[in-house]
Amino acid sequence: MRVVENLKLETYNFKLKKMSVLVYIQNFNGKLKKQNLELASYAAKIADAKGESVVGIIMGEIDNSEIERLANYGVSKVLIAGDTVLNTRINKLFTQVIEKAVTAEDVNVIILPDNNEGKALAPRLSVKLKAGFVSGVMELPSSYDPFMVSKRAFSGKAFANVKVNSPIKILSLMNNSFGLYENTTELAIEDFSHGVNLVDAKSKLVDSRMFDEGISLFDADIVVSGGRGMKSADNWKPLEELADVLGAATACSRPVSDDGWRSHNEHVGQTGKVIAPNLYFAFGISGAIQHVAGVSGAKCLVAINNDSDAPIFQVADYGILDDAQKVLPKLVEAFKEFKSE
Amino acid sequence: MKLLICVSNVPDTTTKIKFKDNNTQFDNTGVQWVINPWDELALTRAVELKEDSSSPVNEVHVINVGTVETEPTIRKCLAIGADKGIRIDTSSNDAYSTSVQIAEFVKNNEYGFVIAGIESGDYNGSSVGGMIAELTDLPSVSSVSDIQFENNEATIERDVASGKEYMKVEGTVILIVQKGFAKEPKIPNMRGIMMARSKPLEVVPAIETESLTEFVDYKMPEAKSKVKMIDSDNISELIQLLSTEAKVL
Repeated sequence: MRVVENLKLETYNFKLKKMSVLVYIQNFNGKLKKQNLELASYAAKIADAKGESVVGIIMGEIDNSEIERLANYGVSKVLIAGDTVLNTRINKLFTQVIEKAVTAEDVNVIILPDNNEGKALAPRLSVKLKAGFVSGVMELPSSYDPFMVSKRAFSGKAFANVKVNSPIKILSLMNNSFGLYENTTELAIEDFSHGVNLVDAKSKLVDSRMFDEGISLFDADIVVSGGRGMKSADNWKPLEELADVLGAATACSRPVSDDGWRSHNEHVGQTGKVIAPNLYFAFGISGAIQHVAGVSGAKCLVAINNDSDAPIFQVADYGILDDAQKVLPKLVEAFKEFKSE
Repeated sequence: MKLLICVSNVPDTTTKIKFKDNNTQFDNTGVQWVINPWDELALTRAVELKEDSSSPVNEVHVINVGTVETEPTIRKCLAIGADKGIRIDTSSNDAYSTSVQIAEFVKNNEYGFVIAGIESGDYNGSSVGGMIAELTDLPSVSSVSDIQFENNEATIERDVASGKEYMKVEGTVILIVQKGFAKEPKIPNMRGIMMARSKPLEVVPAIETESLTEFVDYKMPEAKSKVKMIDSDNISELIQLLSTEAKVL
């Protein structure tokens, strides 16, 4: 059994029990990532506006020292469902455990990440709790009564203002769309006795394979991406070198992954990955509407293309009109110099 | 084994999005409607499995919640290779009400797998598959990028944060599938299109449901300011701008 350390005596027993905002803390093999802190920041802003507190829930094994980082981002309590069974995500079981946390903590808003894990759990929770679910939000709700929040629609080509009519609301936040806000709180960490019978004989994990792809596209602040204008799969070396210098992830457009020049995991666009890095470099990418839909959340877009009519220049912040091959080595040298300063 | 593929009828991915009635309604004038791209991958793989004699799949059905206007999209699914189309006769209000309709059908019919795309190209809800699973109390596997059968037993590959996981499942399971599930969407051939005309398309009356969310209005992203062009012989200027103006380095 895990040793649970209560950092602070709970004081809420002396007051009326408060409603809370529940934030789902994804467990990245015993570690937290920046996106956990962003999600906590977002939940804390909502709790602040409603005069409530933030409770986090995390599944599977993780050290308290890692959880304590959340104290800097406005979380006042974390429930750990540390059962080893929960090291693997079984959607049905996870949903049952979260439901228990919602009841125990009087939760009226649940925040999940808009990624594989959030997309797997939020719809199930929505049904279980009869709670309206809005996926892919990028900003705070514009009002709480009625509850209104804006979300990505038409694959980033528009935003929809959605009203949630149910007492409990579920939101999934797009990674890197909100940012980090420090807000130091006293954090209690509790072993969560959820009482859920953790047996699901119907699905079992038989094997797993870790990626060794360096920086993941979803986590990267900077993304270096190539399109057909890179001419061939053999020309990716300088692009990878630039990514290396910048600590960036590599990506590509759909024709590039369809032709097998790069792995499908790198495809960014409407039907591939939708990302929102701080900085996105598009080398030899024409900027088809489907590609742009996948990067419309980028804070800054730099386009390098030898066609002045390429639509990518209409959505770029900075542009260079030249061959990607010619510009890449220059950028590598210039950034190396910049980094060494 | 029968498979049920949930398909949504969405605007083609190249559509320029416009709104009408004071930005409260999607303007569908001149819009080309297609099978939602993720559902199309699900259907493609399902048809491949049916055609592969070593897999236990022998029948593929598609289901859509929509009015008679979605029938061309259902027919296209039949042309790709589905054996039967089912249309639940109501316009869909939100993901929850759509899922309630499909779940009702799933409860009363037997399928090996019910498969939905992970997202739809219109409202990007990423909801229907997971909601059906919870409504029917069935297991679900999400972000599925492959399925393989060996001795009639399926192994499902799913993407997780750290890589890939392989799951074995028993009984009816809801799969929520993403890119990679099929390589390329299958394009119907002439024979498929001809055959689709005579395949069954069953219209099922809708049941009473409620919605949990309401789409109030829409807005377009703010127009970007004009691109700043930089000479390729003056790369240091770009770095200067990224560092001091855009503040992204």
